[in-house]
Amino acid sequence: MELPRYHRLRPTFYRLEASRCTACGQIHFPPRDLCLTCGSAANQPLQLSGRGRIVSFTRLWQPARGFHDLAGGVTALVELQEGINVTAQLTDVNPERVAVGQEVEMVVRRLLSDAERGPIVYGYKFRPVLKTHQAVEAS
Amino acid sequence: MGRASGRLLRTTQPVGISSYGAYIPLWRIRTDAIAACWGTERRRVPIRAKAVPGPDEDTTTMSIEAARNALRRVSVPPAEIRAVWVGTESKPYAVKPSSTVVAEALGLTPYVSAADMEFACKAGSEAMQAAIAYVGSGMARYALAIGMDTAQSRPGDSLEYTAGTGGAAFLFGSAADSAAQVEASLSFVTDTPDFFRHAHQHYPQHGQRFTGEMAYFYHSLNATRTLLAELGRTPADYRWAVFHQPNPKFVQRLAKQLGFTQDQIQPGFLVPLIGNTYAGSSLLGLAAVLDVAEPGDRILFTSYGSGAGSDALSLVVTARILDCRDGVPRVRDYIERKQEISDYGLYLRLMRKIHRE
Amino acid sequence: MRSVSIIGIGQTPVAEHWNRSLRDLAVEATLAAIRDAGVERIDALFVGNMASGLLCQQENIAALIADYAGLRGIEAIKVEAACASGGAVVRAAHLAVASGAHEVVVAVGVEKMTDVGIDGVTSALATAADADYEAAQGVTFTALNALLMRLYMERHGYRRADFAPFVVAAHENARANPNAMFREPVTVEDFLESPLVAEPISILDSAPICDGAAAVVLCPTERAREFTQRPVRILASATATDTIALAPRKDPLWFDAAYASAHRAYQQANLSPADVDFFELHDAFTIVSALSLEAACFAERGQGVRFALDCNIHRGGKLPVCTQGGLKARGHPVGASGTYQIVEAAQQLRGEAGENQLRDCHVAMAQSIGGMASVAVTHILGV
Repeated sequence: MELPRYHRLRPTFYRLEASRCTACGQIHFPPRDLCLTCGSAANQPLQLSGRGRIVSFTRLWQPARGFHDLAGGVTALVELQEGINVTAQLTDVNPERVAVGQEVEMVVRRLLSDAERGPIVYGYKFRPVLKTHQAVEAS
Repeated sequence: MGRASGRLLRTTQPVGISSYGAYIPLWRIRTDAIAACWGTERRRVPIRAKAVPGPDEDTTTMSIEAARNALRRVSVPPAEIRAVWVGTESKPYAVKPSSTVVAEALGLTPYVSAADMEFACKAGSEAMQAAIAYVGSGMARYALAIGMDTAQSRPGDSLEYTAGTGGAAFLFGSAADSAAQVEASLSFVTDTPDFFRHAHQHYPQHGQRFTGEMAYFYHSLNATRTLLAELGRTPADYRWAVFHQPNPKFVQRLAKQLGFTQDQIQPGFLVPLIGNTYAGSSLLGLAAVLDVAEPGDRILFTSYGSGAGSDALSLVVTARILDCRDGVPRVRDYIERKQEISDYGLYLRLMRKIHRE
Repeated sequence: MRSVSIIGIGQTPVAEHWNRSLRDLAVEATLAAIRDAGVERIDALFVGNMASGLLCQQENIAALIADYAGLRGIEAIKVEAACASGGAVVRAAHLAVASGAHEVVVAVGVEKMTDVGIDGVTSALATAADADYEAAQGVTFTALNALLMRLYMERHGYRRADFAPFVVAAHENARANPNAMFREPVTVEDFLESPLVAEPISILDSAPICDGAAAVVLCPTERAREFTQRPVRILASATATDTIALAPRKDPLWFDAAYASAHRAYQQANLSPADVDFFELHDAFTIVSALSLEAACFAERGQGVRFALDCNIHRGGKLPVCTQGGLKARGHPVGASGTYQIVEAAQQLRGEAGENQLRDCHVAMAQSIGGMASVAVTHILGV
């Protein structure tokens, strides 16, 4: 990936930074200057939680150039807690045990397989929620 | 108080660990798969399985997660974390810091110091010393130190059975509101060529048995004994002890030589489960101890890095430890989250020893 | 705006044309269409193409093709709308004539995909998606469609085998099309056995990688009979767009651009779905066929697959689709497909479709879709 382009993508790729329309409350990821719902230009940055559930998924056998590590892996449409969707790779997952409705959380991983040319591109992926000690005790 | 305390490193303001976070990847390779490939006799294999990174992981991604875990346990304004130090011997770039990616991902830029450190397996504790100094001198209210590695080993070499992946992050701040106070630290360093890697080679070389008595033991023993002597303490004064963990036998022998019991080292004794996580090893052990320690517990921490040297720290756990454990995965949650592979070819691919062009 | 008609058509076979370049194919189709129209003078050339830069290292192809087609000097412009480029180029040509700017124009759609390897093509096609939030994530075009297919199957209770009729019908129709890439029939078993590309989409769910060019000559309807006994009138020509990416849509299974462009087309032509005799739809993937039927109001929401299962889409059915093989079996040289749809529809309406000839057809709809239905171009043709 080109250096300036990667540089611009860091807030969304590393931190899942979104925007929220202050006129109608619509959240956008990636952030927008103009609200898709009401057209208002009054959009403020919003940090997403990174938690969501799987809406749909596919197991990818023919990856694009530079993504050969994704062969056999899973791409998903995730509905975030904030009510918006994001398309992303899943990671740390057994592809045969992925299910619609599964709870997932955002992690930062290497996106591109080929790191020789251009920068190492880091960005968001989703994995099944890792249990925390508190969560275990609560159940 | 000790007699001559001239060798101890003490800060002008008291410092402690405000928070901490760990990371271990999902994947484990069974060492019998490695042994089967190379024809190694079963009893010469020191551990059963070790942690390996997924194809999309590296020291930077793992550091981000460990650091995120640390920050989620406390509420510290990001603007007050003024340094991020990452200690590793598996930097994703030869030149370009990992620490800046971590800082950016955590929202700590731009008024922050950042650097990557190298001192073989001691790079993580070096980062801790630097963070302690930043806070202890009054330069910063908080500083973040991370030790993390995706340890590389030559295929067929004895270290292939233990070179593991993982590490931990420590947020240092004022002792007054910390979960574990730093009483003092000490570094013991010589120029000892026990293990090294040349610039354009993929794999390190090591001095086999020379890495034992002259390297690991010499530095770990001296650092620990000097720290204890200058503090006027004995092993019995400590509830827990954490050492650098190249393999199970070295750790147990070191503990015994110093006078620590198996019970004292047990919670931090992770190498049998995940291997030697290099710059993350002693730090992960410390994180595992903090996960179970109680207020008032003393912890002795001694790292070791080839080249060679040890950093020894004496810590006291406070009541605040109880407030800073929940809400993120503990070390044992990461240990229990595992998927074992027994395909040596897949292992080679995950360790990037083989790859598609 | 005045009425426009098609007075000439031309096409190359769709195949892996190892011995023919992009310019060779485009020139062949262009000259064939001009010959078919019997015109002496062309006022403007419009070239539809998606990815000549990435696939052939060549941009500026309108000038290139005008140059090599003996049309050096005339107005020539490239039109790009991802996989809808072939439909969009006819839209542009239509506007040029309808507005009175030009009298006789050629629209040629061309794509040459086989000079680069499979991952080069996959990457080039991914540029139709959101570069930063889909392609950069390693989400391929096929993967995006697979997400829709699974969602549709779960929501409406279909299995993979239920999608087979789209493929079986397309291949059946291609048998008698001498320009089609695949002329062998495909069974439901073949469909189910075919290797997966992005589950649940298999190789046989998806249109092939191939090369080809198709062209039409347009002129004002009032002059059409100067050139041909069988002009085909463009009753409607409409384009609409949707979000570039899939994720921001309220309902991923609703192709709003396809709906809006079809709706505008029905309004322009003063027709309804019941008036359409056959539909050249954009069958890049079976899920797209199903959703296209729903968006153009030929089937209720969730009933697109049911519509095909009930044998409505075969040549003798209520609404034949892909009458000469569609993207699936005739082939999908991406920037050209939309033009092939219009050429094939014109052949039907003129009575020149040979063994594939539909009885008694007067009105055709052709719809070309780009990206994840982020753009759709619909034409209604009539005789």
